[in-house]
Amino acid sequence: MIPGSFAYHQPDSLEEALSLLSRFGDEARVLAGGHSLIPMMKLRLAAPEQLVDLQGVEGLSGITEADGALEIGAMTSQAELVGSETAARLCPLLRETALVIADPQVRYCGTIGGNVANGDPGNDMPAVMQCLGADYVLRSAEGERSLPARDFYEAAYFTALAEGEILTKIRVPIPPAGHGHAYEKQKRKVGDYATAAAAVVLTMVAGRCESASIALTNVADTPLHAEAASAALVGTAVDQAAIDSAVSAAEAITAPASDGRGSADYRTKVAGVMVRRAIQRALARAG
Amino acid sequence: MEKTHVTMTVNGKAVEALVEPRTLLIHFLREELGLTGPHIGCDTTHCGACTVDLAGKSVKACTLFAVQAQGKALTTIEGLAAPDGTLHALQAAFREHHGLQCGFCTPGMITRAFRLLQENPDPSEAEIRMGISGNLCRCTGYQNIVKAIRVAAEELRAPKEAAE
Repeated sequence: MIPGSFAYHQPDSLEEALSLLSRFGDEARVLAGGHSLIPMMKLRLAAPEQLVDLQGVEGLSGITEADGALEIGAMTSQAELVGSETAARLCPLLRETALVIADPQVRYCGTIGGNVANGDPGNDMPAVMQCLGADYVLRSAEGERSLPARDFYEAAYFTALAEGEILTKIRVPIPPAGHGHAYEKQKRKVGDYATAAAAVVLTMVAGRCESASIALTNVADTPLHAEAASAALVGTAVDQAAIDSAVSAAEAITAPASDGRGSADYRTKVAGVMVRRAIQRALARAG
Repeated sequence: MEKTHVTMTVNGKAVEALVEPRTLLIHFLREELGLTGPHIGCDTTHCGACTVDLAGKSVKACTLFAVQAQGKALTTIEGLAAPDGTLHALQAAFREHHGLQCGFCTPGMITRAFRLLQENPDPSEAEIRMGISGNLCRCTGYQNIVKAIRVAAEELRAPKEAAE
């Protein structure tokens, strides 16, 4: 499979990359790790005429702690995220998720920015970012804006990213010390997208759930922040009854397609099972 | 479409060529450089038969453009044996322990294992299995591949341990 023809640009700076995007408008796409875009180009589902490779742009990768948040450069690879001591210490959910994305070769190339920005509902990080309440920092020639992950996704492959904008970094609020976390993903094999997956972060104080956040992967056109399911846990001891009601609330908002991973009903059921397991594991880890 | 001039170091040798930007790295290696060790299996980033080592990372050459490798060092299975033909410890162990049947996945498997052992010289069986989880073999059932990698890891550690 050979992609259509395109012109290739490798800018050295963000300004140069943004100016290329301004110049070429909707003919241009940015290339990060390429492990979503290149397969789409090989299938001719994407045919950008101008490809702007960001690998030479300074300052787009790395993980740092700043003002109670983790700042993750968009070009940080999943492998770098897996290897980051800072991320593992402050927000272990990120590492747990990155490890179930694709396979080692793909994780060397695939970036966190590409994973969240391209709008594929099968990607794992979007729901995790919604669960964590992360913000995306978007740059254009006109300036910079920040948008919550929970407001970013509109439909499959449609996001709030405007023409001429580049996602430069993700700001993840560091969850409170002692929080419990889990990402549960059912997949048919290594490298597969989720049949359904669930991310959970919760905090317990004196045996009561003080805060909870749940989000779902690949059971709708977009990642889903499961607000009612999250609310069903808060104030409870996260006992069987509370978990049952969170699971029902999560199942109620799914709208999966029937596909090779199973029928819509089955995938909704799996989403419920993933939510249940993720809550239980997060609870066991909460201090 | 205008061609782009690329230079890179492949198996220790400087190479340069004019390529269309859409040329995939695997096609560049096989058709332009004649390095047919990296295979095209699935062509969809799943099977790992096209795995090569690029700038210290295992990558699937079917999912990179040759222009993305500009200026970088790349190693294929052809670059692992010593110049005199002495097999790399991984190649020798795959032969000795029957880590292949049809051989189609072998170049990708060994090239991936090469990087795995650079990063983790003493992997557990579970770590080996996770480490090669992006490489599919339809013949062996993986048992002897895992065994060959363990033996090669020991072999590669031995001189260092002997020196200590």
